[in-house]
Amino acid sequence: MSFIQRRIVVFSTFFFAIVLIGLLQSWNVALGIFNLCLISATMALGVNIQLGYAGIFNAGVMGFAALGGLAAVLISYPPVPETISLGGAGILLSAIIIAITTLASIFVSRSYLSKLYKRITIFAFILISLFLINIYGSPAVEKIESFEPAASGFLGGFGLPIIFSWVVGGVFAGLVAFVIGKITLGLRSDYLAIATLGIAEVIIYILKNEDWLTRGVKNVNGLPRPVPYEIRLQESTWFIDFCERYNFPVVESSSILVKLCYCSLFLAVVTILFIMSEIALKSPWGRMMRAIRDNEISARAMGKNVKARHLEIFILGSAIIGLAGAMLTTLEGQFTPTTYQPLRFTFTVWVMVIIGGTGNNYGSIIGGFIVWLLWVEAEPIGLYLVELITSPLNETNPFRIQLLTNAAHMRYIMMGILLLLVLRFSPKGIFPEGK
Amino acid sequence: MDYLNALALITNYILLPGLTYGSQLALGALGVTLIYAVLRFSNFAHGEIMSFGTMVCILFTWLGQSYGINFGFLPTALLFLPIAILFSVIYCILLEKTVFSYYRTKKSDPIVFLIASIGVMFFTAGLIRFIIGPSDQSFNDGVRFLFTVRDFKNFTGLNEGFGLKTTQAISVITTMALCFLLFWFLNKTRTGKSMRAFSDNEDLALLSGIDPNKVVLLTWVIAGGLATFAGVLYGLDKVYKPFIFLQMLLPIFSAAIVGGVGNPLGAFVGGYIIALSELFVTFAYKKVLGYILPEGLGPDSMMQFLSTDYKFAVSFIILVIVLILRPTGIFSGKTL
Amino acid sequence: MFLNAENMLGGYGETTILNGCSISVEKGEIAVIVGPNGAGKSTAMRAIFGMLNLQAGKVIFDNQDITSLKPQERVGKGMGFVPQTNNVFTSMTVLENMEIGGFINKDRFEENVQEVFKLFPILKEKEKQLVGELSGGQRQQVAVGRALMTNPKLLMLDEPTAGVSPIVVKELFEKIIEISKTGIAILMVEQNAKQALNIADHGFVLVQGENRYTDKGSNLLANKDVRKAFLGG
Repeated sequence: MSFIQRRIVVFSTFFFAIVLIGLLQSWNVALGIFNLCLISATMALGVNIQLGYAGIFNAGVMGFAALGGLAAVLISYPPVPETISLGGAGILLSAIIIAITTLASIFVSRSYLSKLYKRITIFAFILISLFLINIYGSPAVEKIESFEPAASGFLGGFGLPIIFSWVVGGVFAGLVAFVIGKITLGLRSDYLAIATLGIAEVIIYILKNEDWLTRGVKNVNGLPRPVPYEIRLQESTWFIDFCERYNFPVVESSSILVKLCYCSLFLAVVTILFIMSEIALKSPWGRMMRAIRDNEISARAMGKNVKARHLEIFILGSAIIGLAGAMLTTLEGQFTPTTYQPLRFTFTVWVMVIIGGTGNNYGSIIGGFIVWLLWVEAEPIGLYLVELITSPLNETNPFRIQLLTNAAHMRYIMMGILLLLVLRFSPKGIFPEGK
Repeated sequence: MDYLNALALITNYILLPGLTYGSQLALGALGVTLIYAVLRFSNFAHGEIMSFGTMVCILFTWLGQSYGINFGFLPTALLFLPIAILFSVIYCILLEKTVFSYYRTKKSDPIVFLIASIGVMFFTAGLIRFIIGPSDQSFNDGVRFLFTVRDFKNFTGLNEGFGLKTTQAISVITTMALCFLLFWFLNKTRTGKSMRAFSDNEDLALLSGIDPNKVVLLTWVIAGGLATFAGVLYGLDKVYKPFIFLQMLLPIFSAAIVGGVGNPLGAFVGGYIIALSELFVTFAYKKVLGYILPEGLGPDSMMQFLSTDYKFAVSFIILVIVLILRPTGIFSGKTL
Repeated sequence: MFLNAENMLGGYGETTILNGCSISVEKGEIAVIVGPNGAGKSTAMRAIFGMLNLQAGKVIFDNQDITSLKPQERVGKGMGFVPQTNNVFTSMTVLENMEIGGFINKDRFEENVQEVFKLFPILKEKEKQLVGELSGGQRQQVAVGRALMTNPKLLMLDEPTAGVSPIVVKELFEKIIEISKTGIAILMVEQNAKQALNIADHGFVLVQGENRYTDKGSNLLANKDVRKAFLGG
């Protein structure tokens, strides 16, 4: 089987499964799953650029995705004038203090002072800025957060169309990736994995706790959409006419139409990213990346600036993950920091990339599709399996009930087994690199 | 007197909890570092192995409690700790046999091991949630305090005081004993020395007749045992949360790296460094300064560097500082 | 012959490095393998020690065919090997290095360690010190000492004098003579060909994995062609 045939077979099988879900369950469910498959594929493309092209292990996917979510909130949510007048100045001042400290620290670190003096000065700068923020920032934060905490209590955003946040989310993630990459990219690969795992946790902690920015665990609901609302559709005459003409149920069709709109937006993003990734992969830049990955020492000996190239790719990949995160928050219409779990957001994406085939963009897309489908379907499969295994037991057996209630967690077991099997028996994945 | 009050406050809120948490981290970090030294990869599944051992311990504790077994003023769980260790050691050996030994004989890249450990992490996390469920479990049925803050105040007549939780005493004493045993084992016994030799120079160790399979299995046994200790002690001291163990990877790895990854002494010290810094940085010094500073100069604000919510961030910051300033860690790691 | 490696053919992957060379040593004698770079000297030694699978040829040691044994098993049979690099446990003390070496022969540990310390008195002085902190020459002594702890009947040294100062080279060669006088067969690969042949009972000049000259050490030194081609005149 040539690899083009292989691609056709694998992708058709996947779409057949989606169609099957559409026919057996409902088209709403099928499209809902497919939309998330597209977002997963986007994240997988981002991780693949890092892991596949350059062999960089980013264990902080969750954090970069959450930054995308933050961007969605900040861009789209209407500003809250009351809190801005209460504490906006204080926050702005703190931001300026942080900016000045950063610039001053960079200036000092580039100066001709001795290493020790540099460290002491920078440390002093940080202490002073912390002190100043405590004076100007903290009261402002308190004021903002105490303003109608049940409904608002945060600054809001810029009230712009949420679609802009997809770019901004990428920029946020890229900036953080720049900082973290600067620190860790010269070190062993496991250190990078651990440092990124850490930065992701820290980002989530900030998003959970800085209520003035994100409302923290109170979540931000009702983000504006880039596509029509179901209710509007159901009320508009053209849609009702359309449904009547083809004899579609109005309520269900409206929700399918909304999902189709999202789907086309996401599809556009995935297509563009895919084409760009493929071009990059085949360009001299992509070849150089693979050369560095396969033999870092000789690449360095040939005069390649390995660290700079790694930094580029780390920023690029993280930016794509940020974009995917913004897409996800856009789709959900709400920002809930507590849902960011490393197993779901970081390591599942790794599984996607590895199963699809590390270094192959087709692989990332199919990996994203298949793994997400499995992730969703694991719950019913798990329930079925547990029912089967425990069927000899009495209906009221507490052990059986316990297992049945926990059956959803079969998905972790499944992911683990899947990853281990692929790694052992087909380490190149569904579509091996270069095919 | 005021200084004593301040000291009592710091003991109660920083030193005792810090030493306790530090002990738990140290045990976890020792496991990570041993695996790193002998098998040469970062085991991301270590947190879940801790969780697995703790889960087994909880299940047996429940079973024991249902038969009316208890351990006096100590937590019943301690009675069943050996069984839990046995289970997690068997689990680790199974992991080695089914997953890791294949990559070891193939001499795979450390990154492949790391990915395999992610697979193991997923599997174990699922298994745990499947068996015991995702919710919190409190299983400490012992006497909570050896002496309370009130006892201390009555005894000394100070305004402030510190109490000593049973679990704090158990954590610190057990860790000290275990570490003493481990270091004795590594430095004085033949098997321990062969482990160190294997970690230092694998090829030469083979030429000296050291059996690699034995060393590797032993490493898993020790790492699994220490992980169970760490998890159970943490669970007794706070509460058992299946979700917390993935988050604990960060402080555990930070502890190992800060001390010098692959160096057991480093892991031991690193655990306490991380734990104490977490508490020092997130403690509100208002009251303490009120005692120490002259009358009227006491601060109005909380005098807290970072809010308590950010305690996990502290280990990250320390990790970053160490990575920038001294990537080999305090005790320049790499070998046992 | 005590060790007889005959017609060894082998290499890494597709390319063969050894093209039928033969090496042999008798008990109490010193044999030296010399030759230009890339001649397969170290490879020949690795093959004798079993770190390289032979496509043809065999290794007879102490009247046994050991061609199919693993290196560890050959250590048990009485072969001691000192690799060129990474030949000590740097994070362990001198004494611990000796202990690890003595794992195979734990009954004779005390005697063996006394013998090694008698041979290398400096190691006795530094027995508690970490090997990583020792000088290059002292490390080589630790490496040889560790190999001696296995009670070898044949000691193989892969370029023991690489990277140590001339004075230390002389000292090390003297020690090697001393070792051979105890009845141990010694096989070494050397870059310092002249000095090595000086102390050698037998010399093997390898070129492209084949024996070019095989003779007594002194004869090789006297041979005009050998001198011209391999010993720099």
